Amino acid sequence: MAYSAELKNHQNEQHNFRVRLLIAGALALLAFCALGLRFYYLQINRYDYYHTLAESNRISIVPISPNRGLILDRNGVVLAHNFFVYTLEMTPSKITDLDTTIGDLAQLVEISPVDLKRFKKLKAQSHSFESIPIRTHLNEIEAAKFAVNRYRFPGVELKSRLYRHYPQGKLGTHAIGYISRINERDLKQLKDSNVISNYKGTDHVGKGGVEQAYESELHGITGFQQVEIDADGKAVRVLSSAAPTSGNNIVLSIDAKLQAIAEKAFGERRGAMVAIQPNTGEVLGFVSMPTFDPNLFVDGIDYENWNLLNNSLDKPLINRALKGIYPPGSTFKPFVALAGLEAGKREPPFSIQDSGYFTLPNSRHRYRDWKPSGHGSVDMRKAITISCDTFFYGLAMELGIERLAEFVKHFGFGQKTGIDIHGEVSGLMPTPEWKKKRFKQPWYMGETVIVGIGQGYTLVTPMQLAYATATLANQGTAIRPHMVNAVVNATTHVMTPIPHTVLDKIELKPQNLDIVKAGMVDVTLPGGTAVVVGANAGYNIAAKTGTAQVIGIKQNEKYNEHSINERHRDHALFIAYAPAEAPKIAIAVIVENGGHGGSAAGPIARKVMDYFLLGKEPIEEAPAVAKQPSTATTRPDGATMPETLLEEEQYD
Amino acid sequence: MISKFITSFFKHIDSVLLACILFAMLVGLLVLYSASGQQFSRVSAQLINMSVALAVMWAVANLQPQHIERIAVPAYVIGVLLLLAVALFGDISHGARRWLNIGITKIQPSELLKLAVPIMLAWYFSKRESNLTVADFLIAGAILALPVLFIVKQPDLGTAMLVAASGFYVIFLAGLSWRFILGGIALIGALSPVFWSLLHDYQRRRIEILIDPTQDPLGSGYHIIQSTIAIGSGGVTGKGWLNGTQTQLDFLPERTTDFIFAVFGEEFGMIGNVMLLALFAIIIARGFYIASQAKNTFSRLLAGSIAMTFFTYCFVNMGMVSGILPVVGVPLPLISYGGTSMLTLGLSFGLLMSIQTHKKLVATG
Repeated sequence: MAYSAELKNHQNEQHNFRVRLLIAGALALLAFCALGLRFYYLQINRYDYYHTLAESNRISIVPISPNRGLILDRNGVVLAHNFFVYTLEMTPSKITDLDTTIGDLAQLVEISPVDLKRFKKLKAQSHSFESIPIRTHLNEIEAAKFAVNRYRFPGVELKSRLYRHYPQGKLGTHAIGYISRINERDLKQLKDSNVISNYKGTDHVGKGGVEQAYESELHGITGFQQVEIDADGKAVRVLSSAAPTSGNNIVLSIDAKLQAIAEKAFGERRGAMVAIQPNTGEVLGFVSMPTFDPNLFVDGIDYENWNLLNNSLDKPLINRALKGIYPPGSTFKPFVALAGLEAGKREPPFSIQDSGYFTLPNSRHRYRDWKPSGHGSVDMRKAITISCDTFFYGLAMELGIERLAEFVKHFGFGQKTGIDIHGEVSGLMPTPEWKKKRFKQPWYMGETVIVGIGQGYTLVTPMQLAYATATLANQGTAIRPHMVNAVVNATTHVMTPIPHTVLDKIELKPQNLDIVKAGMVDVTLPGGTAVVVGANAGYNIAAKTGTAQVIGIKQNEKYNEHSINERHRDHALFIAYAPAEAPKIAIAVIVENGGHGGSAAGPIARKVMDYFLLGKEPIEEAPAVAKQPSTATTRPDGATMPETLLEEEQYD
Repeated sequence: MISKFITSFFKHIDSVLLACILFAMLVGLLVLYSASGQQFSRVSAQLINMSVALAVMWAVANLQPQHIERIAVPAYVIGVLLLLAVALFGDISHGARRWLNIGITKIQPSELLKLAVPIMLAWYFSKRESNLTVADFLIAGAILALPVLFIVKQPDLGTAMLVAASGFYVIFLAGLSWRFILGGIALIGALSPVFWSLLHDYQRRRIEILIDPTQDPLGSGYHIIQSTIAIGSGGVTGKGWLNGTQTQLDFLPERTTDFIFAVFGEEFGMIGNVMLLALFAIIIARGFYIASQAKNTFSRLLAGSIAMTFFTYCFVNMGMVSGILPVVGVPLPLISYGGTSMLTLGLSFGLLMSIQTHKKLVATG
């Protein structure tokens, strides 16, 4: 009984299985029939069509590159746009004798030595089947001349190309960036990020600044034409096509006028300035001086200009605002002051009696104040106003390096600010842990002491300093700085604003903030270190000056006498926010070898604030640079000067 | 003496399958010779792949199905552990994590799962024999989903789909209720618009291109445009061996691997295509026959799944190359160049032959 039930069950199961198998087989058969039908369609129904395509003609897919998006400033001033120009391009693999062809071409249109050099450089960097410009920006007459003689020049083509142009020239190049021809490295990157098929027909890619960081927005989507070509490679008929989609326009937070005023205020001096709107993180001005003309890179830069830029002692290609690292000097003091107050130290009415130096317990080494005779009785507010070193030596020691480092970390010291362009460096906020890792040495108390006045290992970028100042102005709410305010869709014109991101909310007592602010406001009033900045301003400026000592020239560098002297001078630093009561702008300025912060860097910030807050534009004047020799003492720790730390740009 | 040796050597070889396989391999070598621009190096490398596959097939055919049944769980567990290892320590290439570096060589564990999963499921159903409940199917679904999700995550959608298919066939053949099947189809149909609306624009675009590659003629669409021209221009009789213009003029990309069928279609035409379809159909039918004659649950489920998986390879590859299915990286079995797929095929055919030739030794029930 049981056995027969099992048997029946088994037979049942086998029957069910066979039914399933039959269904599966039927499906498979159906699928194969579908394939058969497809073959019938391709090979019999449409045979003539495909036969023609395969035999007498070939199909070619011609990419149509999209218009690159525009870059505008916050008020709509155009910073980067495109226009059509005629270019004459050669494909080396199609030409038997390059030199003769070029010689013949030169009879028709002018080919300058610069053109020739650029062509040779590009040729060395490209494959022989790529089309390389020998002459750009042909006028109508030149284009017509060549068109008539085209038959004489196989392998040479007249093309109408969209060119990138930066109408403001040198203005804000380090913020905007530039585009240049795609090289091997770019190609690899595009492949790795899986966008390479969108770059067929595109020769350029963004480098540096917004052009690079917002490449995916700016580039657009490449269109194509599917064309039949005959044996000579000429298009006979368009089979299908899809229009390209233009890249999106980018609206910056940068104010072009403010940028121009700041750059002009620098004059011939080297340095950087970053201005931020504290409550939004919008970067209003982003200056790195000297700057350079991005238009040079669009066609492929020639050797002479490249050498000029690359070998200049002033290093114009380096983005100082983002990558230049400098000791913050006394501009660090407000943050040390706040750290102290928040830790319950130096609260009023506490004061010290300053006799011009500070000593550690059990040591006779004197840490000197900048004023040898000392400042007398100094409380916290006065210490900021007169930049009393002795006061901050002691405070730093009492706080200890770990506590200090942990506190200022929230203001971005030693951290990247996260600004929306690439290549930012993080500066350095030293800790014993860092020193052990880096030098395998213990931390000494004396090193804590000098960190208190922004010296020692401490290093910041101008970007970081501006971010810290903006965070201070914003009462501890740190907002991610950004260069781009909005992305505007090129086809729908829909504007997508970039949201503001709060990075940190530092818990600070209002009375402590008030003490630091009061000290900083006094800096620009009579008795402070930057009286000249505050004079007749009409609004209150909270500020702090700084001076960073520069020592040592690289051993192997040969500067002439004059140059050494100039480059030995201190860096001038200045941070400020205004109006002090309701800050609308926060600024950090660094003038390399500028001398004193109040007189060299401060006036630059003042001009920018006058423009932004009052709409006042500076009256033309000769740049007044204090040319007094530096009284710098040699630093005990051997900090390196920025030139040796700056990352070298690579030849493109 | 010699004849006795030969008889025992071929004792566990299914002659119908062997004949079809050898014929398909011969066709494959001829097409490969043409597709590779008449290079012997490719052909001889493929010859080695085929020899290894045939040797593996012979060895597996001589195993008893019970022995194979015994390795079901270890093979599955090892496979899943290897997938876990890939997820944690795998090498990244082309943005996907698929390979595991084991010192001597790199392995792609997802390939192992193509057989380990159906073997595991067939084993599971054979243990639960004749009393299958809803819970059994849910457990089987979980056994299948675990490795598939790992492979999807790599991401390798093509392989994930094939592993999922091979496992699904076992579950289907084991008698998954029609209510589940139809319900599942309805559910996917109902949820897909919701899923679609959740995607980003660029993700939608990617799927659109997958479904209709002609939208991206600069990327994957180029393959399809060129391969349909090649097949279509083959006509009824084809252009003849070594005479395919699209092939010889370098218009066809990946023409020795995934797109080799375009070469075949161009050179041998409609007649060749139909004959190749017939050859594959015979192999599949033989697999079905072996499944229907198998004497226990494990054997019949495994054989049925292998036959259907082989069909899936053929259909997906030819469908993709002729432009009616999305482009996923699936080779044409026995024809495409490549060692891994040839080895998997050798294993599969070995399993089929083992099931077919050990019937008498298997106790019924």
